Amino acid sequence: MDTEFLSGIFLKLLTGLPLTLNLTALSLLGGGMLALLLNLMRASRLGNTIAATYVFVFRGTPLLIQIFMIYYGLASFDAVRSSFLWPFLREPYWCGLLALALNDAAYTSEILRGGLRAVPQGAVEAGRVSGMSRIMVMRRIVLPLAMRQALPAYSNEIISMLKATALVSTITLLDVTGLARAEVSATYRAVEIFLCAAVIYLALSLLVTRGAGWLERRLSPYKFGVSA
Amino acid sequence: MDFDWALLGFGPEGWGMVLIRAGGMTLVVSICAFMLGLVLGTLCAWARIAGSRWVQRLAIGYTVVLRGVPDLLVIYLFYFGGRQVVAAVGTALGFEGPFDISGFVAGVLAIGLISGAAQSEVLRGAYYAVPTGTIEAGRVVGMGRLTLFRRVIAPQALTTAIPAMGNQWQSVIKETALISVTGLVETMRQVSIAAGSTQEHFMFYLAGAVIFLIITSLSDIVFRIAERRSLRGHQQGHA
Repeated sequence: MDTEFLSGIFLKLLTGLPLTLNLTALSLLGGGMLALLLNLMRASRLGNTIAATYVFVFRGTPLLIQIFMIYYGLASFDAVRSSFLWPFLREPYWCGLLALALNDAAYTSEILRGGLRAVPQGAVEAGRVSGMSRIMVMRRIVLPLAMRQALPAYSNEIISMLKATALVSTITLLDVTGLARAEVSATYRAVEIFLCAAVIYLALSLLVTRGAGWLERRLSPYKFGVSA
Repeated sequence: MDFDWALLGFGPEGWGMVLIRAGGMTLVVSICAFMLGLVLGTLCAWARIAGSRWVQRLAIGYTVVLRGVPDLLVIYLFYFGGRQVVAAVGTALGFEGPFDISGFVAGVLAIGLISGAAQSEVLRGAYYAVPTGTIEAGRVVGMGRLTLFRRVIAPQALTTAIPAMGNQWQSVIKETALISVTGLVETMRQVSIAAGSTQEHFMFYLAGAVIFLIITSLSDIVFRIAERRSLRGHQQGHA
């Protein structure tokens, strides 16, 4: 076992961590907002069709093809090349982030939909009766209850996104996986290097699992001594 | 820009036939990986339900690791790592290089292993949903372990597991797109090649997406029919 080589590789791979975390956090943020929007659209019939189609397309195709379609595909439109968005869509970072966020939105919107469906009608009615406006009912009753309900499924989604960011290495970005790939081409020691990268991802996903477990316990009413 | 649709057709210029063959390859790889995952998942679920403490720990370790590491990394590990190992072993045995391993085998192993970890969770949940009374009844009438599994546990557990197994199958299909990094010519790799050689990137990636959508929607229908059939004989409203 070549510890010096391994620790060197480990430190080098850690320099890709900020990009991995940045992409994970921002795609979850963007995807989450879009997911909320998709669920609000479901109120109308046309909106419901649009949202359902969106979810069908993004969940039915591999993320890799979505990334390539945005990174390589959009550039073949002159309209895109001449638009003000081109400085962004030319960059692999923005294309990767866009694909990740769009993909995440499809999965998160389904998780959120399940959570929304689990909100008891009585709680909503109680809010309306006590004079809350629709928006206030949404903000103070529906969303908190739905989010608590969706938390276990959402923690899996966070881990999926963390793992999905590895795909941006295919469009030249140097995240943890991208750096590992580059190191392998330089040294040909695939097993050690990829295992090192795997350890980093594993540690991160265990952290997410632990964090979500803590949050779930924190947000369980019986922990406050409140009778439901 | 205008799309040159003839490129997707079956004419001399068209990539239609090639794309269909690539779609078939995606299906074959997916089936192999899913089956491997089913075998591993069953073994792993069995280990966690009935194994000794060490076997249980081993099974838990397997699921935790495979669910916490990116799929792409696992494929890289099997393909490039496998090549490194084969080369090392080959050189030690005195063979002359260059050594190579098949992208198909490395990809199926990697995706099968990943899917096995996820399937074991589904199967374990399904096992616990089997009413213990039926298992006891089977034992009382003198069934052996294998008969009990075949005639009591499996039929009931599979019924509960079908919807979740459908989801696992869908993820396997999508994960196989990652095997394209090994150079195996499945849908993703084929559309990349076509996009590169015709410079019609958007059109070919769109075609690839449509192929995947067709495969995933058709499988969805198949799993729904399977679910309905498996529920035959159950009392309505008393699943």
